[in-house]
Amino acid sequence: MSRRIKWEHIVGLLGVLGMIGGHYAGLFVAPPERMMGDVGRIFYVHVPVAILSMLMFSVSGLAALGYLMTSRMSLDWLVESTVEVGVMLSTLLLILGSVWARPTWGVWWTWDPRLITATVLLLTFVGVMLLRSATTNPEKRATWSSVATLFAWVNVPITYKSVQWWRSLHQIQTPQDAISDPMRIVYHENMIAMILVLVWFVAWRWRIAKSAALAEAPEPLPEAVNP
Amino acid sequence: MIRQTLAVLRKELLVEWRDRSRISGLFFFAMAIVLLVAFASPSEAILARQAGGILWIGLLLASTRSLDQSFATEMEHGALEGLLLWPVDSRSIFYGKALANTLILLCVALAIVPLLFGMYGAQMRGSPTLLLAFLVMGCAALGAPGTLFGGIVAQARGSSVLLPLLLFPLVVPAVLAAAKGTTVVMEGDPMGQGGSWLALLVAFNALHWSLSGLFFGRVLEDG
Amino acid sequence: MPQTPRIKLEGLARRFGPRWAVARVDLDLEPGSSWMLTGANGSGKSTLLRCLATALRPHQGRLQYGDRDLWTHRNAIRPEIAYLAHQLHLYDDLSQRDNLKVWARMGNLKSDIDALLRRVGLDPARTDPVRALSAGMKRRLALARILLKSPRLLLLDEPFGALDPDGRQLVVDVVREIQSEGATLVLATHLPTSARHVCSQAVVMESGQITWRGLAGDLP
Repeated sequence: MSRRIKWEHIVGLLGVLGMIGGHYAGLFVAPPERMMGDVGRIFYVHVPVAILSMLMFSVSGLAALGYLMTSRMSLDWLVESTVEVGVMLSTLLLILGSVWARPTWGVWWTWDPRLITATVLLLTFVGVMLLRSATTNPEKRATWSSVATLFAWVNVPITYKSVQWWRSLHQIQTPQDAISDPMRIVYHENMIAMILVLVWFVAWRWRIAKSAALAEAPEPLPEAVNP
Repeated sequence: MIRQTLAVLRKELLVEWRDRSRISGLFFFAMAIVLLVAFASPSEAILARQAGGILWIGLLLASTRSLDQSFATEMEHGALEGLLLWPVDSRSIFYGKALANTLILLCVALAIVPLLFGMYGAQMRGSPTLLLAFLVMGCAALGAPGTLFGGIVAQARGSSVLLPLLLFPLVVPAVLAAAKGTTVVMEGDPMGQGGSWLALLVAFNALHWSLSGLFFGRVLEDG
Repeated sequence: MPQTPRIKLEGLARRFGPRWAVARVDLDLEPGSSWMLTGANGSGKSTLLRCLATALRPHQGRLQYGDRDLWTHRNAIRPEIAYLAHQLHLYDDLSQRDNLKVWARMGNLKSDIDALLRRVGLDPARTDPVRALSAGMKRRLALARILLKSPRLLLLDEPFGALDPDGRQLVVDVVREIQSEGATLVLATHLPTSARHVCSQAVVMESGQITWRGLAGDLP
């Protein structure tokens, strides 16, 4: 086993530091939001998580497509890691959204198109994870979960567009110039830090998937028997 | 390929016809759900408005039973493998099965709808043609992904739990559209939403019916 | 019907999980030859047959059907292969005739169903569903099903099981007919006695490898 520190841990460290800085800035340095006051500070975390969860699932979709076209197992490991990290992000997103909703809308949950579609997106990918755990044959697991992931990905654009397609309580996407400069800087700092942390998670999880696959590797061919 | 698809469809319907207890079982299952919700409902006034949604809950749950059964007959004597090794295009196998599953669900739906009018006091303020369109498109939306994932799950462990878990989140957009559409047809459509719900259903079906056919052969075969 | 191509297996290996079910198999099937695969249960006979039937993808080695790789061109080659497996590939709810009719239609195969049923010793007039038939009759029906094709490669997995002496003789007769049309035969069995009537060559398998090869008459 190599003793060198793997690159992703350095990236992760930078990311964590960035997040600590970004959270501090978001809580204490950035100005309060004009209409929501201090409650609006959750924006610096909630929005990056939302965007990154959808981006993560999109990476899963691309990896799945790649696997189906090339049958390279490294792409299946990428599907495994990105789906798992994506599910984690989606779950976090719903929790954060709930925390934001309580003081803003007065409820922990409401049957709103954005919330429904986001929940459905999460459940679809949880289904993909369950399918993976129920399949023991590595090739079948890779093929089936790639197909399932591609179909699950269809929910990503639906979730993204849900606030525009249906009348929703949720805010529509805010254009960039509507935010003041200090807020924009804090937002971007959090976004970049989060990206670094996620790259760390995905790379690390990819290596775990790879080791697990190699542990399942076949025995060597038996010695030849000469008839 | 069309001829082979029809041949597979005929086979599916023939097998279903020979053992009619299955389709009647599906009907009673869907009916039981529809009735139970009615009993559990607090007021009759609400029932009529909920009729559309309840119909689709019943159909959704019935669909997993129907799909499980459809693949159980294939797995009994390994006929699914036999099909794969036969000179029949895997896309024909898929479309034949998916069409059969859709038709079976549609029969159940058509049998349940009168119940809604009778017991739920649902109205028919919109056009019957539109209602039929929603029923057909909705059942098709369950049929295609259901057949693809049914094929996957039939080969995996823990299948009876896995199919609903995989299928339901995937078809939620379609079931939602079908339920909303059915409701606006029944209750009246002052804001003209019916068209957009139908459009969503059509788009969903276009996507799933084309893609699932492509992948079916691959998910059945040995890697 | 054109001649069966030469089928070559070189270093063929197939595993399930970590364990190799078939390993280092080299075999040269001349057109029209007839082979018996024999060995104890678990020796790899069925797995090898399934690779030849394109039901399983080989993990190592080459499987050539004429000048084409069998797995890569499996969709084009499958119509020429008839495979009688352990699994019967029948529909329990349909009658004998219905079973053959649906399989014929799905595969675009023309055949006189009644004549085929009589050829395998089944009564065309019988309408009970397959689930009501005895094991021996189901086996005969499974044989009739694969006869819908005009195969160039005939693969039989334990065809004599569950059959009475008449049934076994029937299989021998049917196989001989197909062989006379130039097909190559590979038959897996752990009872070589009946198979000797139709197979000229034999191969013994043990733990996935071939441990003996020679003439069927010389089997140890």
